[in-house]
Amino acid sequence: MTVIASTPGMSLVADHAHEHDPAASALSGFWLFMMSDLIIFGLMFATYLTMLKPMSFAGGPTPKDLFDLPGAAMETAALLTSTFTFGMASLAIKYDLGVRRVMFWMVVTLALGLVFLGFEVHEFMHMFAAGAVPQRSGFLSAFFGLVPLHGLHVTAGSIWLVLMLIQIGRTGLTETSKSRIARLALFWHFLDLIWVGIFSVVYLGGLA
Amino acid sequence: MSQAMWSAVFGRLNLGSLDFLKGILYPSMNDMILSGAAWLVIVGAVVTLALLTRYRLWGPLWSKWLVSVDHKRIGVMYIAVALVMLLRGTIEGVLMKVQQADGLHGGFLSANHFGQLFSTHGTIMIFFMAMPFLTGLINIVVPLQIGARDVRFPMLNSFSLGLTVAGAMLVMISLVFGEFSTGGWTGYPPYTEASFQPGAGPDYWIWSLALTGLGSTLTGINFVVTILKERAPGMTLMRMPLFTWNAFCTSVLMVFAMPPLTVATMMLAADRYLGFHFFTNALGGNMMNYANLFWLFGHPEVYILILPAFGVFAEVISTFSGKRLYGYHTLVIATMAIGFLSFGVWLHHFFTMGQEANVNAVFGIATMLIGIPTGIKIYDWMATMYLGRIRFSVPMVYSLAFMVLFVIGGLTGIILANPPVDFEVHNTLFLVAHFHNMLIPGTLFGMLAGYTYWFPKVFGFRLNDRWGYAAAFCWIVGFILAFMPLYPLGLMGMTRRTVSYTNPAYQPWLVVAGLGGLIVTLALASMVMQILVSVRDREKTRDIGGDPWNARTLEWATPSPVPAYNFPVIPHIHALDPFAVAKEAGFGYQEPVSYSDIHLPGDTWVGIITAVFGTALGFGLVWYMWWLAILSLAVLAVTLVARGLLGDRHSVTISAAEVRRQYQAWLEEVRTVTPVTRALEWDPRNHGVAANEYFQEAAE
Repeated sequence: MTVIASTPGMSLVADHAHEHDPAASALSGFWLFMMSDLIIFGLMFATYLTMLKPMSFAGGPTPKDLFDLPGAAMETAALLTSTFTFGMASLAIKYDLGVRRVMFWMVVTLALGLVFLGFEVHEFMHMFAAGAVPQRSGFLSAFFGLVPLHGLHVTAGSIWLVLMLIQIGRTGLTETSKSRIARLALFWHFLDLIWVGIFSVVYLGGLA
Repeated sequence: MSQAMWSAVFGRLNLGSLDFLKGILYPSMNDMILSGAAWLVIVGAVVTLALLTRYRLWGPLWSKWLVSVDHKRIGVMYIAVALVMLLRGTIEGVLMKVQQADGLHGGFLSANHFGQLFSTHGTIMIFFMAMPFLTGLINIVVPLQIGARDVRFPMLNSFSLGLTVAGAMLVMISLVFGEFSTGGWTGYPPYTEASFQPGAGPDYWIWSLALTGLGSTLTGINFVVTILKERAPGMTLMRMPLFTWNAFCTSVLMVFAMPPLTVATMMLAADRYLGFHFFTNALGGNMMNYANLFWLFGHPEVYILILPAFGVFAEVISTFSGKRLYGYHTLVIATMAIGFLSFGVWLHHFFTMGQEANVNAVFGIATMLIGIPTGIKIYDWMATMYLGRIRFSVPMVYSLAFMVLFVIGGLTGIILANPPVDFEVHNTLFLVAHFHNMLIPGTLFGMLAGYTYWFPKVFGFRLNDRWGYAAAFCWIVGFILAFMPLYPLGLMGMTRRTVSYTNPAYQPWLVVAGLGGLIVTLALASMVMQILVSVRDREKTRDIGGDPWNARTLEWATPSPVPAYNFPVIPHIHALDPFAVAKEAGFGYQEPVSYSDIHLPGDTWVGIITAVFGTALGFGLVWYMWWLAILSLAVLAVTLVARGLLGDRHSVTISAAEVRRQYQAWLEEVRTVTPVTRALEWDPRNHGVAANEYFQEAAE
C-alpha cells in the first residue's frame, strides 16, 4: 500500500475503505433544497412587509380588521405539537421501538397537520366571506402569497407522510425508508419554523 | 362544435393563433417571416422524425439517450438543446440587426414582431442556450474531474434535463401557436400584466422560465452535493481543477439565485391568472418588488453564466500553454469572491428607478469591486501563458479573443457602475453593447472553447480544426463588427429595443452592425460544416489514448469515449493536476492492482416523461386548456411518486472481470499508438497519446 500511495499524481487502486454514505449525502442534498426553499419564504416575507402599508391596503381591510389571535394560536398549537410528535416518531426509529410505534406517532403527526390545515382553511373562508380576497389589494395578495404557500407545504408534507406510512406498512423500516423519514422530519420541523415566523410577523406583528 | 365545447377543449386557442397561416392570409414581409419561422419549426420537426424513422434510430435514441442517467449522455443532450437554440437565437439576433440597418423611418418588421424577437432572443440565449450549454459541460466534465462514477442524484439529473427541455419546447411552440411576450427577457410588469398584454405571450415566457428555473435549482443542488461528497480519495478541495471549482460556485449560485426568479414569475402568474395585485398599477401593487426580485436572481445569474466559462478558459489556457495554472489559489479565491459579491450588486440594474443617491453609491462601489477578482483571473491566465509552450488551437483562439474583448467589456461595465454615468446611458445601446461584450466573448466563447476541447473525450474523435478556426474567426470578427458600433450609438442616444428611428446619423453604424450579424451567420454555418466534416473524418481523427491535448486533469486519464462507469477503479489522487504529474513520472497509463464489481444506476423514464408532460403542462396553462394542465400535472406527480415507492429497479452491475477485460483491451490498443508531441496535435497522426516532452527536452 505504501508503494502504491507513492505513485506520483494518482494511482488506480481498488479501495473498499472508501465507501460513500448514501443516507448522509441525500440528507445534505435535502438541506440544500430547504435552503433554497427558505429563500422563497424569505422573499415572500419581504414582499409581505413591503406591502404592509396604506398604499398597498388600497382602502381595503388592514391586519387589525382581519386577523384573530385565538384562531392563529390554535393553528400554532396544532403545528408545534405535531413537530413534537414527529420527534417522538424519530426517537422511536432511533431506539428501535418497532414499526407500529413509529407509525402511531406518524399518524398522530398527520392528524395534527390536518387539524392545522382545517383551521387555516376555515380562517381563509372567514376572510373571503368578509370580502378580504387576494384580488382586493396588494396587501391581501401578499398575505395570500405567503400564508397559503406555507399551507401548501404542509399539504405536501401530509401527502408525503401518507406515502411514507404506505411504504413502511409494506416493507417495514428499511434503510431507504428510514433515510426518507429523516428527510421528512427535517421538512416538517422546517415548516414549523416558518410558521413561527408567520405567527410572529403576520399575526402578532399585524395585531400589535 | 359549440363555442363552450371548443373552449373547454382548446381553451383560448383559435384559428387566429396559428402562425403558419398568417403568411398566406396576410402576405406582407412581416407576416411571411412570422409564418416562415413557424414552418421552419414544423418542417424541422417532421424532417427530424422522418430521418429517425428512415435510419431506424428510434431504438438507440430511446435506450441509449432518452432514458439514460449517464451524466455524460445527459450533458450531451443539454448541449444538443443549446446548439439548436443557439441557431434560433442567433438568427433572431441577425434579423434584428438587419431590420435596424434598414430601420430609418421604417424597415420590414412590425414593432410587435420586433418586440417578440428581442424577447425570445434574450430569453433563449440566457435560459435555453447559455444555461443548457454550461449545464451540459458541467455534467460531462465535473464527475470525471473529481473521480466519481456519476453525479450524486442521477435520476434527479434526468428530471432536471426534462424540465429544461420542456421549457425550450414551449419557446419553440410559441413560434407555431400564438405569439411570445413583447416584454423583453426581463418581463417587467406592469407592461407584462394582463391589462397590457392579455394574450398568450407573457404566459409562454412565465411557464418556460418556471420550468427551466426549477430544473436549474435542482441541477445546482445535485452538483453541490456531487462535488462535496463524491470526490475520489485524495481529491481535496484544493486539488480540484479550476473548472470544477467554477462549477461548484455556479451550482451554489443556482441553489440560491434561482428561487427569486421562481418567486417573481409565480407572482406575475398570480397577477395574470388569478387577478392578484403584486405588481399591478391599481389597488396597491408595487412594480418595484418585481425589479428587486428579478434582479436578485438576474445578477447572480450573470455569474452563473460566466463562471463556467472562466473554468473552461482556465483549463484550456493551462493545457495549451503546457504549464500548470499560475496562481491556482488566487484563482480559487477570486472565483468564490465573485460568487459572494454577486449577491450584493443587483440594484445596479435599476439605478434610475428612484432610490436615494447613497443607496446607488453603495451598489455602484460594490459593482466596481467585482472588477478586482476578475482582474486577478485575467492576470493569472496571462502569467500562465508566460514562457509556456503555447499552441494556437481553436479553444486557445477563443480564449485569447476572450481575454482581449472581455477586458474591454469589463471596463465599460466599470463605466456603467458609476450611477451618474448610468443615468446618461441607461436603456441605450451602450448597455446592449456592454452585456453582449461580456456574454459573447465570455460565456459563448467559453462554451465553444469547452465544446471543442472536450469533444474528443465524449465522442472519441476530434473536431475538424479548419472549420473550427473559420467559425472562431467569424464569431470574433462578426462580434466586433456587430457590437462595437453600439457603444457610439448608445452615446449618441439611440435607445435599446428600437425597431426604427428618424435620426439618419445612426444608420451607418447600424449598417456595420448588420454586416457583423451576417458574418456571425457565417460562423454558424461553419459550425454546422464542422460537425458534418468531423463526423465524416472521424476514423482519421480518432482519439484512442484519450489524451489528445497532452492535458493535465483527471478526465484525460480515461478512454475516449468514456465508458459508462468512468474509471475502472476509483483513482487515488496525490497532487494537483494528477494526470500531468503521473505522465511526467511515466505513470500515465496505469493498470489497476485489482478490480471490483461496479454498480451503476439504471435507466429511467422520469426524464422523458417530464419533458413531454412538462411541455404539455406549460401548453395547457398558456392556452387555458385546464384539462391538459391537470392531466399533465397528475402524470408528473404519479411518475415521481411511483419512482419513489418502487425505487431504481433496473440498476446495473458490471462484473470485475468485464471491467478488467475492457480496460486491458484499451491499454493494449493504446500501446499500439505512436505518441505525438504537441506540435502534431492537429495532425492526423494524433490518436490521443501524448509524448513526454519534458523528459525529451531535458535530455536534449
